[in-house]
Amino acid sequence: MQVPAPFEYERATGVDDAIALLDRLGSAARLVAGGHSLLPMMKLRLANLEYLIDINDLHGELGYIEVEPGQLRVGSMTRHRELLESDPLAEAFPIFRDAERVIADPVVRNRGTIGGSLCQADPSEDLSAVCTTLDASCLIRGSSGSREVTMAEFYRGPYETAVGDDEILIEIRIPVRPNGSSAYEKVERRAGDWAVVSCGAAVWMDGDVISDARVGLAAVGPNTTGIPAISEALRGKVPSEDLYAEAGAIAAENCTPSTDMRGSAEYKRHLANELTRRALRRSTARIHGQGV
Amino acid sequence: MQVSMSVNGDEVTEEIEARMLLVHFLRDQLGLTGTHWGCDTSNCGTCVVWMDGEPVKSCTVLAAMAGGHEVRTVEGLERDGELDPVQQGFMECHGLQCGFCTPGMLMTARALLDRNPSPSTDEIRQAISGQICRCTGYATIVRSIQWAASYEAAATVGSAS
Repeated sequence: MQVPAPFEYERATGVDDAIALLDRLGSAARLVAGGHSLLPMMKLRLANLEYLIDINDLHGELGYIEVEPGQLRVGSMTRHRELLESDPLAEAFPIFRDAERVIADPVVRNRGTIGGSLCQADPSEDLSAVCTTLDASCLIRGSSGSREVTMAEFYRGPYETAVGDDEILIEIRIPVRPNGSSAYEKVERRAGDWAVVSCGAAVWMDGDVISDARVGLAAVGPNTTGIPAISEALRGKVPSEDLYAEAGAIAAENCTPSTDMRGSAEYKRHLANELTRRALRRSTARIHGQGV
Repeated sequence: MQVSMSVNGDEVTEEIEARMLLVHFLRDQLGLTGTHWGCDTSNCGTCVVWMDGEPVKSCTVLAAMAGGHEVRTVEGLERDGELDPVQQGFMECHGLQCGFCTPGMLMTARALLDRNPSPSTDEIRQAISGQICRCTGYATIVRSIQWAASYEAAATVGSAS
């Protein structure tokens, strides 16, 4: 029987209350949202804590998807199912629906949140790749105020983020630019599993040429990886199969997968290449109204 | 700590350890052993119950987290001695053999039909994709849920006329 080690349970009534609790309890406390990453880690004694602060009552305050001119804001307590079912989100960034369809299973998606997923900072986690691809930033709040960090700053290493012991992730902000689209590709061993490799892409066009493109990979290194070299190679070019192949080759060169039970490093490099091509191809097709 | 919640419409208050999982609270504290306890890792789905009308895996929810919420278990499906149509469907179409996965399957099936009264085969398979059955190969489970959907559609037509 797997049961967590003993701890004290606290329930936060709002963001300010959660921050006050964190302030008081210090590094012995952890926040729990959906709990589908943290509780299994507590059962396995990979996470040890004295106080667990339940923030599920903050869903009313932090569960939202707001599309504004120039930016889209997602509250950190927004659950996977809400992300999957949101039409405004799918319209602005189809990559979210692509990814959510293959994250865990429908029952787990009823509980898991975007904030919990990002704060878990698992190198194989899908929404981390999505947010890296979309150049998102994270709003973090503590008793001394709020700050906004880029995804690159957010990830400090596997399972480590910029969110301090006395802070909470409030919101994910994604810049909205015209004439763009996005897509997500994932290879998994079985339905609902972690990625062997997954790849997000976003492309913006100016007439016939690519004005900007971004690619984010998961499960091919210690962190979810954005690949700036691909952006540089694609800007100003007309989309073509040769161009996608060039981007795929850059992805394979710029990742550091390791051999494990999900596959060999060589196989994962092959996937990084192939999935980069597919995600870019699909993003571009979507810009041209070819709904795929 | 003390926790209070509604379980199948009854208000319950119990003294528990904060680390107690909802599945053990239901089975050991309340004696509701209809909810099964399987993999402990949120993979198999036999422990699925509803929290505020949505299926959740009760091995990965603390009983404390369910405090103040409405929980519904497989024991809450039948009404006044009458089986829920999904339970009837599992009998009609042999949706179970050993029965271990059945409570979770029933709760997910009921939630699916409440949201989508006439799901396609694909939609049914997706809905139960977080649950594992080692006996049926899923074919009879899909048929059982389809049986319940047809039964309810016929009942709706019957009551409208």
